[in-house]
Amino acid sequence: MRWINPALILLSLTAIICACFIGSTQLGFNRIIQAFLGGGETGDQIVVWAIRLPRALAAFLVGATLGISGAALQGLLRNPLAEPGVLGVSAFGSVAGIASISFGLAAVSPIILPVAVIAGALIATSFIAIAAIWTRSVVTLILIGVGASSFAGAVTSLLVNFAPNPFSLAEMMNWVLGSVANRSFHDIALVFPFMAIGLTILLFASRGLSVLTLGEETAHGVGLNLLRQRIMTVTGAGIATGASVALAGAIGFVGIVAPHLVRPLVGYDPSRTLIPSALLGGTMLVVADIAVRILPSANELKLGVVVAIIGAPIFILVVLQRREFS
Amino acid sequence: MTNLDVRNASLTRSNEQIVENASFSYSSGEFVALLGANGAGKTSLIRGALGLEKLSNGNSHVDGNPISSLSAKQKAQKIAYLPQMRTLAWPVSVREVVTLGRYSFGTGKIKICEKEAVNEALHKCKLDELSDRKTSTLSGGEIARVHCARMLASGANLIVADEPTLSLDPYHQFQIMNIFLEFVSRGGGVFVVIHDVQMAAKYASRLIWMKNGRIVGDGSIQDTLNEAMIERVYGVESKISGQEVTLFGKRPRSKI
Repeated sequence: MRWINPALILLSLTAIICACFIGSTQLGFNRIIQAFLGGGETGDQIVVWAIRLPRALAAFLVGATLGISGAALQGLLRNPLAEPGVLGVSAFGSVAGIASISFGLAAVSPIILPVAVIAGALIATSFIAIAAIWTRSVVTLILIGVGASSFAGAVTSLLVNFAPNPFSLAEMMNWVLGSVANRSFHDIALVFPFMAIGLTILLFASRGLSVLTLGEETAHGVGLNLLRQRIMTVTGAGIATGASVALAGAIGFVGIVAPHLVRPLVGYDPSRTLIPSALLGGTMLVVADIAVRILPSANELKLGVVVAIIGAPIFILVVLQRREFS
Repeated sequence: MTNLDVRNASLTRSNEQIVENASFSYSSGEFVALLGANGAGKTSLIRGALGLEKLSNGNSHVDGNPISSLSAKQKAQKIAYLPQMRTLAWPVSVREVVTLGRYSFGTGKIKICEKEAVNEALHKCKLDELSDRKTSTLSGGEIARVHCARMLASGANLIVADEPTLSLDPYHQFQIMNIFLEFVSRGGGVFVVIHDVQMAAKYASRLIWMKNGRIVGDGSIQDTLNEAMIERVYGVESKISGQEVTLFGKRPRSKI
């Protein structure tokens, strides 16, 4: 459907603008518009330009990256349940991040943390891709992902267990829970190049994902270089997911829900699922982050927690619906 | 004119000899049927010939070029392949599947000439009216035609099809074989694995017989289709008169 991308772009812009209007500090419509245009009080400008806008953009970028990575992994593995969260990619990324904090590496240079997280995510994605060659069973593959996820969870627990003080403990928990609170443009700028590289690789690999609809053997028969396709998808999804984890910690299920909703609207073609999944995934996280901020609670709710509470039941729903065309 | 030439091909898997010293060659204009019992090594021979599985010995050439020297795209432009496993991962439209047959010609937007090739293939396989249908809503016979259209759309001069009539009723089996026959009449070459000896005799101009990984017969119907060959390859009794093949099977002997 041709209207889907323009419609989703409009929706994401609306969500990001709404996110700038909503927050714990009540600012009137006029004050926000003024601050947006660079006028008004300095405090208002800080709220809009240094707090709300970067936070909304961070949420959008993380959601978009997870959405497109999910869609690409689903295309590669020909399975609607493949997703960075379910397959343990996010968990590996976050455990690498926690380890780099725990061992003091992150303090050496600001680039070490995102690089460590991306490396963790790439290791997990490659592991899953190798497992996918080894087993033809979708169920086995998902279970391997669940196992990998649990393993990363266990290592995380171990590191949390040995946390030297409450401050590092709190920092570690942020990685596990997932949040875009207090993210600055500087934080975004640090990971954005990785996101851009990951997304570009995935877009280059997109037509090959459509060809994989035919199954691997036929895909090779019509001229697809399977090895290159696997490497490109795994690398693209690994770098992109890693970058999103570096920015927001582990946030699950966006990569399942966004492509799942988009797929029927684009005729189930994996290559046409990528961009709408990114736009919808981004919008979903921006909206979820607005919800996190306006829901009354003593401590601020973490974005990852809310998304998981909504996402996990949808995951089960997707499993149940799979019968339709299996 | 395209030619696939396989010389002394052997294929070993987990120390088991699956294909042993098999040689054959086929070109545009030929309709070849590969016959043999389950486990005779037919699929492995095809996969080895097409470079999908490494031959432990021997070689395979397309138009004189070693198969290993050709990229997946170069191979796809010469030979269209239909494997036994043809499950579609997503319920995409018929047109989309057929268009994927053109993948080797470019990954970008489909050009006008590409659309024509797809339309022509859809038409030849009588899929014009089904072109916008989701493949998940089609019958087995219709799906088989979609796969044929996908191969025709590729523009390749040779077709290699592993059991193209698998689990089809007689009407649809004839329909698929007729599509292949027309392809051959226009100068293409077809190589099919088939279990229906009668069907092979009716359509193919040449039969290749396999048993236990070896080619035990290769030639015209007059030369190779006989009761002794059927007994040797399938272990069943038969009666042959011209192209008419009647299989009697082997009844278990009563012990009483």
